[in-house]
Amino acid sequence: MTEATPGLRARPLSPHMQVWRWHLTMLTSILHRATGVALYGGALILAGWAIALASGPANYLFFMTLLGSPLGRVVMFGLTLSIFYHLANGIRHLVWDAGAGLDIKTANLTGAAVIAFSVAATVVVWVIAFMMGAL
Amino acid sequence: MVQLSLPKNSRVGKGKHHPAPAGAKRVKTFKIYRYDPEGTENPRWDTYDVDVDACGPMLLDVLIHIKNDIDPTLTFRRSCREGVCGSCAMNIGGRNTLACTHGWEEVPGKEVQISPLPSMPVVKDLVPDLTLFYAQYASIEPWLHTDTPEPQKEWLQSETDRAKLDGLYECILCACCSTSCPSYWWNGDKYLGPAALLHAYRWLIDSRDEATGHRLDDLEDPFKLYRCHTIMNCAQVCPKGLNPAKAIAEVKKMMMERVV
Repeated sequence: MTEATPGLRARPLSPHMQVWRWHLTMLTSILHRATGVALYGGALILAGWAIALASGPANYLFFMTLLGSPLGRVVMFGLTLSIFYHLANGIRHLVWDAGAGLDIKTANLTGAAVIAFSVAATVVVWVIAFMMGAL
Repeated sequence: MVQLSLPKNSRVGKGKHHPAPAGAKRVKTFKIYRYDPEGTENPRWDTYDVDVDACGPMLLDVLIHIKNDIDPTLTFRRSCREGVCGSCAMNIGGRNTLACTHGWEEVPGKEVQISPLPSMPVVKDLVPDLTLFYAQYASIEPWLHTDTPEPQKEWLQSETDRAKLDGLYECILCACCSTSCPSYWWNGDKYLGPAALLHAYRWLIDSRDEATGHRLDDLEDPFKLYRCHTIMNCAQVCPKGLNPAKAIAEVKKMMMERVV
């Protein structure tokens, strides 16, 4: 559909991402995709943990040291955030698939709630982990 | 395909500046996308410092003022100037809306940026090529399909059944919704987009229509319907306050209900 009138050059594409002012629902949508991708990575880490566990104390210690390093902790914190976000927003999607909560006001409200929940739940988990001495 | 940046021939450069007339008391800057198909240059952003006391409150008033008094080369579509025809749909301040029903004072920010409906081939300035959009609308066969012989007078419908069309029939096909949708930006050639799907639902839910099965068969495709990821931009921007996302969810439900 981009071919121009004969004699004229190819039509340019109008700006999209470059001009768009984001909506909350747009943000929650792309975050769902991003956290989903992150959780694939998380699943690999979990598999790596199981393999390390099965392959002896030395390997397991190495893997746990890796996870306990500052970078490892950042990754684990991100994964905690991702799993809570993806869980809560997944429920939001289930409700939508049932045909409910699709009016703008509710969608904006549930979007904000999902973000608030995922941040709060992540903090709670890390505080518990800290208090139990796991960090 | 996801394409975050613009193709080379579509990158927008800096354009001309049109200063406000001397003695203007209230001045607002409007940054407008310009593209001349007969030239050789890329699209550009022209800025117009407009004496807003010299024109009406709506963005369409501003555009007409610019065309009449500042720069007659500015090209845009408009017709009814009251939100019924859908001609003046464009991206204003980063959101799709109708220039005629949107006041320039409603746009946040220091300057008001105006560009054509997003991710569409540009014919000239603020005029996008909507050929594909209309073809998609035609593809959902937006008319009554019946097998039973035509009644003597008219197809009857109960008040309850008629009410099911509320929130659907009001669509003016301005394309604000479809061109607001990132899924449509990336897969506009295969995904039907919010407007066409809202209309698909309008005929699916019509008690007089007898082609429900055929209509659903036609939408059973990985792209046509299921590229809707409930991003909700469509409902966020619809200048008529309709909710294509909800209509699409209802179509998905109908798909589900006929298999379980």
